[in-house]
Amino acid sequence: MAQKGDLLLQMKGVQKRFGGAIALRGTDLSIRAGEIHALLGENGAGKSTMLKILAGVHVNDGGTISLGDKPFTTGSPQASIEQGIAVIYQEPSLFLDLTLAENVFIGRQPMKGVAIDWAQAQNEAARLFAELGVPLDPKRQARGLSIADQQVVEIAKALSMNANIILMDEPTAALSASEVERLMTVMKSLKAANKAVIFVSHRLDEVFAISDYITVMRDGATVSENPVGGTDLQKVIKEMVGRELTELFPKTENKIGDVALEIKDLTNPAYFRNISFTVRHGEIVALAGLVGSGRSEVARAIFGIDKYTTGSVKVNGKDLAKGSPVAAMAEKIALVPEDRRQQGLFMIAGVDRNISMESFDRIKGKIFLNFKKERALTETWREKLSIKYAAPSNPVESLSGGNQQKTVLAKWLATDPDILIVDEPTRGIDVGTKAEVHKLINAAAGEGKAVLMISSELPEVLGMADRIIVMREGHQVAELSRKEATQEKVIAAATTGSKGA
Amino acid sequence: MKLKLRFSWDTSILIILAVVWVAASLTTDNFLSSINVSQIFSNTSEITIMAFGVIFLIILGEIDLSVASILALGSSMLGWSYAHGAPIWLAILICIAVGTLCGFINGWLVTKVGLGSLAVTIGTLALYRGIANGILGTNTINEFPEFWTGFGFDTIGTSFIPQSLPIIILFGIGFGLLLHNTPFGRRTLAIGQSPEAARFAGVNVIKHKIIVFTFTGFMSGVAGVIYTFRFSTAQADNGIGLELLVISACLLGGVSIFGGIGTMWGVIAGVLLAGSVESWLTLREINAQWRTIVTGILLLISVAAPVLINKAKAAKVRAGNKS
Repeated sequence: MAQKGDLLLQMKGVQKRFGGAIALRGTDLSIRAGEIHALLGENGAGKSTMLKILAGVHVNDGGTISLGDKPFTTGSPQASIEQGIAVIYQEPSLFLDLTLAENVFIGRQPMKGVAIDWAQAQNEAARLFAELGVPLDPKRQARGLSIADQQVVEIAKALSMNANIILMDEPTAALSASEVERLMTVMKSLKAANKAVIFVSHRLDEVFAISDYITVMRDGATVSENPVGGTDLQKVIKEMVGRELTELFPKTENKIGDVALEIKDLTNPAYFRNISFTVRHGEIVALAGLVGSGRSEVARAIFGIDKYTTGSVKVNGKDLAKGSPVAAMAEKIALVPEDRRQQGLFMIAGVDRNISMESFDRIKGKIFLNFKKERALTETWREKLSIKYAAPSNPVESLSGGNQQKTVLAKWLATDPDILIVDEPTRGIDVGTKAEVHKLINAAAGEGKAVLMISSELPEVLGMADRIIVMREGHQVAELSRKEATQEKVIAAATTGSKGA
Repeated sequence: MKLKLRFSWDTSILIILAVVWVAASLTTDNFLSSINVSQIFSNTSEITIMAFGVIFLIILGEIDLSVASILALGSSMLGWSYAHGAPIWLAILICIAVGTLCGFINGWLVTKVGLGSLAVTIGTLALYRGIANGILGTNTINEFPEFWTGFGFDTIGTSFIPQSLPIIILFGIGFGLLLHNTPFGRRTLAIGQSPEAARFAGVNVIKHKIIVFTFTGFMSGVAGVIYTFRFSTAQADNGIGLELLVISACLLGGVSIFGGIGTMWGVIAGVLLAGSVESWLTLREINAQWRTIVTGILLLISVAAPVLINKAKAAKVRAGNKS
């Protein structure tokens, strides 16, 4: 058994590239027994890649990793588990119809002769739950457990396999405040048992509340590693951001006109409360905040995918009917949704059919569709957005992610909207295509369209927006003009709700 | 385009149909005789008519197992109202109206109450047939005006074209255009491919589904009229089991059981293939059990083949776009 303070894991100069993209360019990390170690950084800083290397999902290209005095054998998740490394994901994957004891010992049930020794499995599971400070009933089904308790079961399972390094990838992202408390209790129990916990989180208040050490990453490298007493919120935010970002975003100064979209006191108690803002013609307004803060839900409510309980949405001064995408489209609103595969595209349909889907009026005669016009429409947008595909009838599932995203943009730009709402417009696409998408959004604003952009990428928010509205846990916590906005202010508002910082 | 022709299932089925015709005419004396061809068309009238609605439902990702019961209920209502003194044109309208209403009820239960269409239409399959039983019991009505009973059985003039064929062709063209050449058809395919994405594209999914369930009921009512006159019989067990033949024909015609994929001409070929095989086996005097086995095998092939073909096709396209 490791003693408190023993070095359990050391990563030195770890490198990883995916094709041409460098994910890690020499990262260091040291973890000791009985320590909670926070790993911080913006999206794309390389945190997840680090965790995945330790979990055995990826293999590092360079650098050394050692576990205590032994080298770490990479290669498979199984190998990582055998070396005492366990990963707890944001979304636990329990067998919901099995009991908790069955879940903990799945595939490794204790045997008595030829039969499974359920009594022992249940006792052992109960002991593990007690050790973690969460006395769950090992005989109950997993169905109906909160996400936090499901995570507890996963952690118990890890402990039953003698894990001594527990990795948690944004474990609190999907949890409510009381569930977060519960998970923190568990993390403290793990610490008391001399395990090491590495966790990734974007909620900085939590990080400071529970961590012993904080490692900050940026652009695939370690920026700093400090005991929690040796740093502070300001410093950490600065280290996470740390770069000039204006060049990536060719912001044009557009003529800003009348109010196009006016949201007033919009409330849907499950997701957001009292959201009020306006977007003017020619203006780009960003909705910033953490994933799960209610930004996408506001966009869905405006476009009519979901209903809201109170408040109003006005388009050019006129009330917009709620709960009807058809009405929203009639008022020339377009929504480019966050999940292009599920919401934005018909994956098995051709590029042409996807692009024309919202623009039938443009390609039809009195009754019938005109296929020539459909081809012409597709060709127009292929040229404008330089979408790459072999033939217009090729299913969009055969296109690269970037070209798929361009196709979603194309289909909505083809409707010639007055109000363009884009939700995570550059998620999962490469840097070059990102810049193109930014240019397109700028151009749309330049044509006098009102743009509402939701983005988790701060550089994108700061580089593109005329105004930034920050949401936190369903509330609108700050509105910042382009001039006053800084990364520090936005992060502070999104993570702690405070406007200063 | 070449690629598409080489790989798609609904093209393959045309080839299979041709092969069956050639083989059947070589192994029997009168397969391609005008009377037999006329019989094939005539025998498949109701299946074809109902398939024109059901294809839209399967593409939507839904199903209607109650079509044959709707046919029977409509037929019973036709017979009952005619026997009770309604003029024949009114009895026909009642048959079609009852069918339409039944379809609407299916659609309403599926979309507004939120029950799965498989469950709902298994229920209404029994319910509608049950009502038909309640109306006619074991009675059979077979006194209809001669003008109408020839319909669907007699041929046009001295030709071998059954009188129901022009109606089927008209509906076929109409629904074919609806599916392939109008926004309505595109939305049908879109809903089947991804209901969520369809909602984000501004499609009123619920309304759309109710419309399709309703016109499927309408078509089942029309099939009820043709069936009644073709056999000159209105009774409660008319058309028992036809729903499976309708669905088989759609799948045989390349409509994906998972929704989102299907062509009208594929389905027409599917109906003709099923009808031709049936007729061939009958002419060869193969007994009924064997005919059922052959139909079953055909159906299994038809479900498996499109999946395999589409996989091969998708892999090819992906490879093409990557290079």
